[in-house]
Order: sequence, then C-alpha cells, then structure tokens
Amino acid sequence: MTEASATQTPATETAVAAKLASESRNATKAMLTEFWYYFSQNRGAVIGLAFFLALVVVAVFAPLVAPHAPDTQYRDSFLTPPVWEAGGKAAFLLGTDAVGRDILSRLIYGARYSLFIGVIVVTIALSGGIVLGVIAGYFRGAVDTFIMRVMDIILAFPSLLLALVLVAILGPGLTNAMIAIALVLQPHFVRLTRAAVLSERNRDYVVAARLAGAGNMRLMFKTILPNCLSPLIVQATLSFSSAILDAAALGFLGMGAQPPTPEWGTMLAEAREFILRAWWVVTFPGLAILITVLAINLVGDGLRDALDPKLKRS
Amino acid sequence: MSGDAILKVRDLKRDYVIKGGIFTKPRILSAVKGVSFDVERGTTLAVVGESGCGKSTLARILTMIDPATAGTVEIDGQPIDIAKYGVSREMRQKVQIVFQNPYGSLNPRQKIGAVLEEPLLLNTDMPAAERRDAALAMLQKVGLKPEHYGRYPHMFSGGQRQRIAIARSIMLKPKLLVLDEPVSALDLSVQAQILNLLADLQEEFNLTYVFISHDLSVVRYIADKVMVMYFGEAVEYGTRDEVFDNPRHSYTKTLFAATPRADVNSIKARLAKRAA
Repeated sequence: MTEASATQTPATETAVAAKLASESRNATKAMLTEFWYYFSQNRGAVIGLAFFLALVVVAVFAPLVAPHAPDTQYRDSFLTPPVWEAGGKAAFLLGTDAVGRDILSRLIYGARYSLFIGVIVVTIALSGGIVLGVIAGYFRGAVDTFIMRVMDIILAFPSLLLALVLVAILGPGLTNAMIAIALVLQPHFVRLTRAAVLSERNRDYVVAARLAGAGNMRLMFKTILPNCLSPLIVQATLSFSSAILDAAALGFLGMGAQPPTPEWGTMLAEAREFILRAWWVVTFPGLAILITVLAINLVGDGLRDALDPKLKRS
Repeated sequence: MSGDAILKVRDLKRDYVIKGGIFTKPRILSAVKGVSFDVERGTTLAVVGESGCGKSTLARILTMIDPATAGTVEIDGQPIDIAKYGVSREMRQKVQIVFQNPYGSLNPRQKIGAVLEEPLLLNTDMPAAERRDAALAMLQKVGLKPEHYGRYPHMFSGGQRQRIAIARSIMLKPKLLVLDEPVSALDLSVQAQILNLLADLQEEFNLTYVFISHDLSVVRYIADKVMVMYFGEAVEYGTRDEVFDNPRHSYTKTLFAATPRADVNSIKARLAKRAA
C-alpha cells in the first residue's frame, strides 16, 4: 500500500454510505478468508469439521434419519447382531440391545444429547470463566488473588472425582451432571482469560481507549476481551469434547443421564453385562464417543493453527 | 512569561515505589524530579533526553493517565489533580496523546471508522450519521481515503497507522496534543510526511504540541521551545535557538556532539582525523 493523498468526495450521500458499507464488508470478508486459508491447511481439522457438521445435521433431523424410535422394543429380536454377522437382520443395521431396541437409532438420538451437553456445558463454563477471568486480570490485587485461589482449589481435585461428588450432592440426572462438569471445566477458562487479559491490559490501544473516555466495563468487554478470544475459542472446542467424554463417564457410572435415555455413556453402562456375549452393544456407543471426541479435538487443533499468530507462517 | 500559556507546570514530581522483598526495604525511584515549564497556545515544546530520563512519565502525567506525586499542572487555566478528583469530560477533551508505536496503539479488532468515532461516541451526544461524517472528514484531513473507513489496522502501513492515531487524537478538537516520539518508529521519508502533517494540523486547529523526542534533527525542525531532561531533571529550558546555539549544561553539549553529521565537510574532517 502506498501513502495516499486525499481525493475528492464522491457526489451523493447515499453513494458514500453504500461504498463504505461494501468496503467494510470486504474487510470482514478478507479476515474470514485469511482465517479459512490457515484452517484449511490442516487436513485433519477439515475432516473433523466435516464429521462434526454431519453429526449436527443427523442430530437435528434424528426423527427423519433414524430407522426406528429410540425406545421401541422389538420383542422378537433381543440382542440381534449387526446385519453383516450371521443371524443379523436388515431392519437393524447395527443390531439390537438386550431389550430389543435398535442400536443405530439410539446412537442417532444419543448424538442430540451429546451435542446438547457440549453446548450447555461450554456455554456455562465459558461465560462464567470469561467474566471471572476478565475481572481478575483487569483489576488485579485482592480480587485477583481471591478468584485465582478459589480456581486453584477446584483444580486441585481430580476432575471426574469432583464432578462425581457434585452430582452425588445435587442428585443424579443429566442437568446436574452438566452443571457439575461445567463447574469442573470453569477454572481452565478463568486462567486462560486472565493470562490473555494481563498481556493486553497495558497495551497502548487500551490506554488510548481510556483516554478517549472509555469506562471500566467498556475497556474490559469491548476493548480487551475481543483481543483475548483466540485461545478461548480453542479451549472451548477442546472442552466441548471433554464435556461429552465426562458426561459419558458420569452416565456410565450411573450418575448422569438415567435409563432409558439414549445417552452414549448410559448405553455403555446398560450394555456392560453383555460385553462377552454381544460385542456390538458396547462397541458402537464407544466408537461413537471416540470418533466424535476425536473429530472435535482435530477441529480444535485446526483452530489453534488458524488463530495463534505465533504459529502463522509469513 | 507570556500570559497566554495553555499549559503551566510547576515543580512536577513523580515517584515510583519499588516493592521490597523479604529482606530489602522498598525503594523510591524518582522518575521526574521537580520540572517546571510553560507552553504558549499554538506553539511546540520539544522535550529531549535519553531513554529513562522521565520523558514518557511526563507525558503520562500531562495526559492524565498517571497522577503526579507533587507539583501542579494547569491546563487552559484549570488545575488538574486526577488522584483527587478524577478526570472530567471537558478536561479529557483538552488533552490527547499520540503514541510512539503505531502498531500497538490501534485496537487490532476495531475498524478504522470505529477507532475514529470512539472518542465522539463516549464524550459527545452526536448522532451516528454525524459521527461518520466527522470521521470521514478527519480521514481526508490526515491524508487518507474514505474507503479506508471500514478497514482493519493490520491492512495499513506504519505511516498510515500513525496518521490514523493522529486523526483519533484530534477528533475531540483538543487544545493540547502530547506526541510521545510519534515518528521514531517510522522510516525517514515517512517521518518527514508525518512531521509536515503535524505542522499543517497545528496551523489549522491552533494546536499546542508537547513533542517528546530523542532525535535532535526532528526537534530542530518542529520546536519553538526546547527542554532537555537528564535523570528526571530539566537541565536546559529555552527557545530553540537559545538551546541549540548556546547549550549551557554539559549533558546538552554531549547530546549535540553525539548527533551524527552527514554533510561533506564533517565527513572529510572525520576521514582526515582517521588518516592522521
């Protein structure tokens, strides 16, 4: 770009406004294009994203996609093996469980629960974490010490154990499990936000905004926060998968979603006693958890590549 | 002194307390040790000195970012004391600052239009359309184009960013502009453009500059008065010609002697000295 000198103004007012709007859109588009370029350099991330989007579509349209209702019992076909095994039926592609429910349908409906858990947990943990972290990093001093020591205490417990204790106190159930997992994941967001705010709060543009008359709230959430978002987005993605995993673990231990909810972890727990007789009842829910978590983690890695300026080439 | 001084500073001091450890006592570091000066309306005071001599601390006090430890600062007849009374809207509109590094002074997530409109949004009740027109007019005034309005800071060169920073600082039509080494991060040709821009703006808006620099050739070009600081003290204070022609303090003499000279005679003299 060259040092440009002023040119004459275009003729009409509306033309100016339209031109400005299109310029502004172009700048936004250029930033998105750049982001997509760096993201798409990572092939695993693109595959993960494709799988995740497919999962979302399947979950949203579950009643249309699933061949059976998730809790219909077919009393003539208990523990039917998958279709390619001897004795499999074409009606049950991935076989049925001990009470005659189609596993594929339950997995499809289970995707809804898993995604729901991920979204809710990440939303709670992220919003709470951002608010606490920004406050701690911005005000420093006693507030900072207090918040960070409380977070350290939460971090001192093994995460699943703490979630288990919380659920035991609150009572088993999917909602309480989500609250417990969100509380356990919260400190990571607080720490990350605080660290990012600390590095940004003394930058010149923050001082300039303060001189322009910006108050504390504006400085915290409008000036500083948008510049701290990249590590938070990455952490949110990775937490999404660990939330699914933790919820499955709680479900497996009987503390999460209660039967007959087709939640993947709960499905595993119900199938535990048939591990030796009918491998498919445990394998497919396990695979579903594995692949989903893997895909989301890949997306998280790709986001880190795209958003972390230190990793950018050129 | 002339009666039309927009900025009066008397005996200004600023101490920083350095926290002690378990075995060491807290120490007090005096960054500015009793500085007094006046700046008349529409003129430029250059503050010169090596790094760490308290120039930037002075700038932060004048722009009401940090409080002074002792002494008085009076801007446009009004005393300021942010430690006691805070900063009011009117005071904020009188003083603005331009930072040294144009890469750090613009919010990377804010489009240029929003950068320029922010001071108006926060300090005036101007409607959005008027703010936009004011921002566009200011862009033209500092030599940028209207289509730059919707772009992000990273799409600009260093010189253009410094133009944006200058535009932001004069959006509120301040009386006093503190320039904290505004050209030292730029290359030479761009430095000249920015200095000319500053001179034009000073004439147009009747601005008063406090120009902080360590570059004596820049100071000679832009200053009306010069103050030389050395370890927190003002060791020299006078009009540009007084200071440049007849430096009294030994530090000032060293400073002038340390300026590289690139004219043919001095190069010849240097070569002759080396040959001898």
